[in-house]
Amino acid sequence: MNNFIYFWNHFAFILLMMGGLFIIITSQNYLKKIVGLAIFQTAVFVFFVSLAKVLDGTAPILTKSLSVYSNPLPHVLILTAIVVGVATSALGLALVLQIYKNYGTIEEKEIENLELKSDK
Amino acid sequence: MFDLFLDDAPALVVVLPLIASAIIAFMPSKIWPWIISMIVLVFHLALSLHLIEEVSISKIIIYEFGNWEPPWGISFKIDGVNSGLQILFSSFVLISTFYSRKIFLNEIEAEDTGKAYSLWLLAIGSLNGIILTNDIFNLFVFLEISALASISLISLGAGLNRKALLAAFNYLIIGAIGATFYVIGVGFAYAMTGTLNMNDLIIQLSQYSEGQLAIFAGMSFMLIGLMVKAAIFPLHIWLPAAYSYAPSAVSTLLAALATKTILYFFARLLFEVFTIYENYLIIFLDFILFPLSVIAIFIGTLIAIYQDDIKKLLAFSSIAQIGYITLAFSLRDHSGITSGFVHIFNHALIKGGLFMSVGYFAILYKDRVTLSSIKGFGYKYPITSFALLICGLSLIGLPLTNGFISKLYLFQALYINQMYIPIALVAVSSALAVVYFWKIVEQMWFSDIKPKPEKEDPSIYFPIWIITISIILFGIYSSPIIEFSTLSADYLTQGLQK
Amino acid sequence: MSNSFLLLLGIATPLIAALFSYLTRYNNNLRDSFGIIGGIVTLIISLRVFHGIQSNEIFEITLFNLFEGVDFTFRVTPLGSIFSLVASSLWIMASIYTIGYMRGAGEKNQTRFVIFYSIAIHAALSIAWSGNLLVLFIFYEILTFSTFPLVGHKQNSESQSAGRLYLSILVGTSLIFFLPAIFWIWLETGTLNFQDGGILINKFPTEYLSFLIALLVFGIGKAAIMPIHRWLPAAMVAPTPVSALLHAVAVVKAGVFSFLVVIVYIVGPDYLLQTNSSDWLVWLACFTIMASSIIAITKDDLKARLAYSTISQLSYIILGAALASSLAIKGASFHIITHALGKITLFFCAGAIYVTAHIKKVSELKGLGFKLPLIFLAYTLGALSIIGVPPFIGSWSKFYLIMGSLEREFIFVAIILGVSSLLNIYYLLQPVVIGFTQTRKKEIKLIKSPLTVWPPVITGIGCLILFFYSDYFIHNVNRVIT
Repeated sequence: MNNFIYFWNHFAFILLMMGGLFIIITSQNYLKKIVGLAIFQTAVFVFFVSLAKVLDGTAPILTKSLSVYSNPLPHVLILTAIVVGVATSALGLALVLQIYKNYGTIEEKEIENLELKSDK
Repeated sequence: MFDLFLDDAPALVVVLPLIASAIIAFMPSKIWPWIISMIVLVFHLALSLHLIEEVSISKIIIYEFGNWEPPWGISFKIDGVNSGLQILFSSFVLISTFYSRKIFLNEIEAEDTGKAYSLWLLAIGSLNGIILTNDIFNLFVFLEISALASISLISLGAGLNRKALLAAFNYLIIGAIGATFYVIGVGFAYAMTGTLNMNDLIIQLSQYSEGQLAIFAGMSFMLIGLMVKAAIFPLHIWLPAAYSYAPSAVSTLLAALATKTILYFFARLLFEVFTIYENYLIIFLDFILFPLSVIAIFIGTLIAIYQDDIKKLLAFSSIAQIGYITLAFSLRDHSGITSGFVHIFNHALIKGGLFMSVGYFAILYKDRVTLSSIKGFGYKYPITSFALLICGLSLIGLPLTNGFISKLYLFQALYINQMYIPIALVAVSSALAVVYFWKIVEQMWFSDIKPKPEKEDPSIYFPIWIITISIILFGIYSSPIIEFSTLSADYLTQGLQK
Repeated sequence: MSNSFLLLLGIATPLIAALFSYLTRYNNNLRDSFGIIGGIVTLIISLRVFHGIQSNEIFEITLFNLFEGVDFTFRVTPLGSIFSLVASSLWIMASIYTIGYMRGAGEKNQTRFVIFYSIAIHAALSIAWSGNLLVLFIFYEILTFSTFPLVGHKQNSESQSAGRLYLSILVGTSLIFFLPAIFWIWLETGTLNFQDGGILINKFPTEYLSFLIALLVFGIGKAAIMPIHRWLPAAMVAPTPVSALLHAVAVVKAGVFSFLVVIVYIVGPDYLLQTNSSDWLVWLACFTIMASSIIAITKDDLKARLAYSTISQLSYIILGAALASSLAIKGASFHIITHALGKITLFFCAGAIYVTAHIKKVSELKGLGFKLPLIFLAYTLGALSIIGVPPFIGSWSKFYLIMGSLEREFIFVAIILGVSSLLNIYYLLQPVVIGFTQTRKKEIKLIKSPLTVWPPVITGIGCLILFFYSDYFIHNVNRVIT
């Protein structure tokens, strides 16, 4: 039981990650897929930032009075990853917009039907 | 003054295209983006050649960004493993950029040319970063930059067929999942070792010589993430649509280089960083990668046989060819790694040539290039068709082409490992490849129509023929490729016990 | 003039001839003369090589290394010297004949014809003088690709489908069976070089040897063993000079030569005899011999009949290789010469009859013997040589083959060879009998074409006279297997 509490960030991460993946896989709406992707990626970010926390550590800004700091490196890495995630979402949204312009819908099933009809 | 540049060559090779990409992003002109790209890529090639020269003397070059020492800073590493790939990369992007001018003009709106080339250079710069980087998180960054650039480039094909948008979207989602998996893996590796530098990672991992669950989990995430990007079966779903609906020049660049650079990094991870975990490697390579490769080879070839759309056919054929490469790597020994690298080189040239030729047909008719639409092309466009023939013959492995050398080394590697059934399987798949190749040849030369030859555009067939001639050249004089591959294998097997 | 240079010159000459034919394409006489000039040059070189082999000279040149253990090498083996002599001597005859035939039959695109003809001869010579199995394979494929435009020369729908069948069977079998066999041999032994006694012994696993032989005999589609024989009758739609030289001499001989050379210099007859791995092939060859002879009897079209006769005769050579005894192999090697000479005579005559009287069918040959005495004389000489009666040169090779089968105590095989000769008598001499015994109802116009008549007469007389000079050839034949 202690483990659940001690490693709660791991479990939160797993829940969020799986939730995001589930949304991506099961939703028919492209917009929802992007949201799912964002959730999935956020889960990962949250996890690593949470790993960076050092017990009794403070924010990683040099101060004379304090000596224990949380690890700043994961924060930096995740910043990069967040930027990448933002760019991905932005690109995804732009694509969804174009898809909407071209197909008139952003539901996967409807687009499939449209393509099947035009293939005939 | 040049020396200043040359010292920073490893960085410049990546940075120069990126800077140029920013400059030409909003140019309204139709021709200047291309000219600037060509100039940049000529410098790029020159820098790559300089790097090769240096590496042949000093054996390894480590370039530290910002002069931060490892393991604090990010570094690039050039050694025997990636120097050959670097040359292949530089030469091929130059040739395909030359080829791309007319292709882009025909397939994209004129005012988008600047943006197209901006994305093109972005893709090139980031792919080159994948080849050179020595930092596992840096790889993620380059991976994502190249993915975003590729996705945008693929979506440019929507002008001709709106399915390109769907293809790009699928690639985005699947690719992002893969990249995120990779990041999870990187995070685990960092959590256990405290470093992201690959050289340092090797040292740090050795303290866990027994291996820990966290490390194995991290490794698995990293490898699976890369498998998504490298389109290894069954994580290849995004590839056929992406390659076939993209603009032809984009298909060429991606098919030839995108997956290959990732396969190179895959090999490096497996055989340089993770070598100490022999048991893990055995399980991963023998029980996962090996059977998946065999399946990939057959599925790719079989589905290709039933394709009518030629670009899709070539895309599925690529999946099979990637299967050959991973099959070679999964053998875990020197001969396997050598033959894997040989095929990385050769297949880049072959698929590049094939997509280039098909791309020419695509812009001629602005329609999907299908088996029925290429009837009689052998007579109508003899120069390009003959190049396609030679590239195709190399794909099926005719002697005197470089495809034969690949097959030879693959058979030898399988034979040394006493894997006789896989040899038969690879032979059967080669025979099957003849089927889909014959379908193309039949339509081009043996259909009922025999049109008169038409004038072909030299600016297009010239780069195609450079690739084709190199295919024949490396089929006869294969030493450079064999030497590079053997060198790579030498480096990578230093850690292997086998 | 060094031997290596001679070798390269011989191989390059047909290519140079092709080039000059192209350059002089607007002057018909000049263009066609290069075939003859090229033929004379290569014949002189081939004779020199043939002679040199008798005194154990070495003719070898290595150009570059292809990959581990395999170089791009040309080297003349005794068997190779036999094939090259056949190919180059008959090229001259065929070139003269071609001039007469193409002009007489009014064929179009003669320049393209002459150019690819020369390239095909180049490929055949390169096969004859190849130093290892890979070089042989490369030129084997070049031969297929260069003869393809010749088969489809007429460009009507019949020729096109024939051409397609030709290409698909030959390229298909070589990629699916021959090339994997080559890979396998390289993997097991690390080399592909031709060596006396073969390279497989002690290196290639015995249990797979029969399978390898199967891959080889079906992969070398030009040897036309059943069921890989369909391309041969289909290729008869080509103009007769093509049928004559290529499908009586160059292409099919390249096929059986390749198979024979693989048996003698790669597999090694001793290894075969030890393991009896090719015995099944003996029976398949016998089947092919009998089946194609029977089919030949049913054919009324003269060229089709000769095509099936060729299939039958090629299996003689495969039979000799499969028997692998010393006499059988010598018989097979000698048969390359004798059959080429005899068959080319027959095909030349068939073409001459077509050019002169526009007749293709055997049944329509009634009474023609009196009107075309020279052609029928040549035909008879060639036929008797193929049948194998002394004093014709064909009797020697048949004799060796029968002795070879007895050497291995395959008495049934010897009987089959005998029965096949009887069948040969029937279907080969029937045209002669019809030509001289039955009378013609209608008169037909005859177009004189001396250039199509003299070559077969010369080769036919050659069948007779060379019988007495067989020693010259036996010297090289004996060196094939020591």
